[in-house]
Amino acid sequence: MVETPAAVTPAKATSTAAVLGRKEDGAMLGVSRSSRYIAHVILILGIVIVAFPIYYTFVASTHTLQTILRPPLPLIPGDQFFENYSEALFGGVGRIGGVAVSTLLFNTMVVALAIAIGKIIISILSAYAIVFFRFPFRMVFFWVIFITLMLPVEVRIMPTYKVMSDLGLIDTYTGLTLPLMASATATLLFRQFFLTIPGELVEAARVDGAGPYRFFKDILLPLSRTNIAALFVILFIYGWTQYLWPLLMTNRNDMNTIVIALKKMISFADADTQWHLVMVTSMLAIIPPILVVLLMQRWFVRGLVDTEK
Amino acid sequence: MATVDLKDVRKVYAGGVEAVKGVSIDIPDKALCVLVGPSGCGKSTLLRMIAGLETISSGTVSIDGKVVNTVGPTERDIAMVFQNYALYPHMKVYDNMAYGLRNRGTPKDEIDRRVRDTAKTLELAHLLDRRPRELSGGQRQRVAMGRAIVRNPKVFLFDEPLSNLDAKLRGQMRVEIKNLQRSLGVTSVYVTHDQLEAMTLADVLVVMNGGLVEQAGAPLDIYEKPASTFVASFIGAPPMNLIALSGNALPEGTKLVAPVPPSAATLGFRPEDVELADAVHDAADGMDLEAQVEAVEPVGAESFLYSATGGGRIVVRVPGRAIAQPGDRLRVLVPVDKLHWFDQAGKRVS
Ligand SMILES: Nc1ncnc2c1ncn2[C@@H]1O[C@H](COP(=O)(O)OP(=O)(O)O)[C@@H](O)[C@H]1O
Ligand SMILES: [Mg+2]
Repeated sequence: MVETPAAVTPAKATSTAAVLGRKEDGAMLGVSRSSRYIAHVILILGIVIVAFPIYYTFVASTHTLQTILRPPLPLIPGDQFFENYSEALFGGVGRIGGVAVSTLLFNTMVVALAIAIGKIIISILSAYAIVFFRFPFRMVFFWVIFITLMLPVEVRIMPTYKVMSDLGLIDTYTGLTLPLMASATATLLFRQFFLTIPGELVEAARVDGAGPYRFFKDILLPLSRTNIAALFVILFIYGWTQYLWPLLMTNRNDMNTIVIALKKMISFADADTQWHLVMVTSMLAIIPPILVVLLMQRWFVRGLVDTEK
Repeated sequence: MATVDLKDVRKVYAGGVEAVKGVSIDIPDKALCVLVGPSGCGKSTLLRMIAGLETISSGTVSIDGKVVNTVGPTERDIAMVFQNYALYPHMKVYDNMAYGLRNRGTPKDEIDRRVRDTAKTLELAHLLDRRPRELSGGQRQRVAMGRAIVRNPKVFLFDEPLSNLDAKLRGQMRVEIKNLQRSLGVTSVYVTHDQLEAMTLADVLVVMNGGLVEQAGAPLDIYEKPASTFVASFIGAPPMNLIALSGNALPEGTKLVAPVPPSAATLGFRPEDVELADAVHDAADGMDLEAQVEAVEPVGAESFLYSATGGGRIVVRVPGRAIAQPGDRLRVLVPVDKLHWFDQAGKRVS
């Protein structure tokens, strides 16, 4: 819905920035002034097209419901910013049983963090086992993990739902996150990275008296931090934007994630929908992913520079 | 502090490759033993078996008289310097050196003292806060050495530690390693494929080929009495000239005052043992060989004459500037006691 393109925006913005940089290098190679202007116009146009819906959502979130329902909607922000945001965040939204958006944000944060952190822990440990230890059926395990790549949540959703409901995990954070944690993709990614670690380094650690635990903690983990940061960003957004699974797993309004609640807030009859609160919720829904991208981006760019040999 | 004894050590890799085919070496206390041989002859495998990084298929490895076949690398109390240094890229030089001590539970103040002492010895003191990627190749090499020395182990193991350095630095580090090893008095095993490094460093030189020891002993003994044509052509640069005999007869244009040993199949002599006829008055005590110069290689202090003879191509080493030109004919003289004879199998005939 609204927040999906929104979550993509920062990435788009950086890639356009990268293109800009390259264009400027191009200028040094003798690209003419006018073609540089044309390039800039095209890029700015692109940014405007991507950013305008978000801006318009923000504008709508600062007007009263009446203003929104009486077109045309003004192009500049209104005076209802504090009223709308505090009503949504702390007052509660009627169509979802009076649950406050702050509760939704908390739920979604728990789900996204649990999925991201859980996936990283599980996959880094399985990759560690597969790459650095010789045990019976090692390759069998590897292929089993690999095969699950072909079974995303949507394919196994019915049996998984049955298992979760039999375990009484409907409307729990465990139920919301656990089935999404096992991750073949992340395991493979870590495996590929571990395979690039020179055997000599592993042996040096053995000679230095580092056992399996110390080697993992003192050497493997610090060397993986760039990968972990990048994965965390991807997985956090993956968890934040989950739709189908939370829809199935939650009945209670106060266990909803923000994406589900947003869907529930919108009624087919226009008059039933508190559009100003929907707009506020949309704005609030895109902020955490943007923050994660911005904060972690600095982190993993530095990481990339650091581990460079 | 420690002796290292190998008894009939073998290594068969999982794929069925027999990398080491029964090697026995006794390394005395405080000695520097160099394993030298061409690439793929099993030197690294043997070293890694001494380190405990590779299982031993059969035979025994003993350190200080105790068999350590099943003892892990940590408990063997060895330290290793790797070809690519294997420094921990995310740790500062200080931590790279301290890591092994920390894992052994050495008290903090002692770690600090030892790391700083070692850094001073190796002139690394000003680099302790850097990370490996901020160091030059030579400095990384020193850190790798420091990491080994700081632990004060029973045995040092080196796997081609200088092969990534440029020639000049390699020469310096070679001298430095030798001095360090001598002053610390730690028994060491040093692997290299560079015969010059091997000759200059070794107390005990072990020449390996195809997973077997071709010859072991003092470097100059091996140089003077190579046990096989392989050793003869591996040790010494340029290598020994080898001339195949056709059924015990010398090739055409060759005269020899002494009889050819009955079982000899190959005749060898070192380029530096040759004298040119016009510089010598009496040719009657050696071998006299006719040769035609094909190429001259002056390197300053000496010159190499690549020449053709009836028995194949030879190299002659003459001091200073070469007097010969390509196309010149030479009479090459070699004293009898500088001739080496090898049998059909390439073994030395005494
Ligand atoms: N892990 C391994 N598995 C199978 N064969 C190996 C392995 N390591 C080395 N070898 C083989 O063993 C032989 C000796 O290797 P190595 O000891 O590394 O030689 P060197 O150090 O003298 O160059 C080579 O033929 C090599 O291909
Ligand atoms: Mg090797």
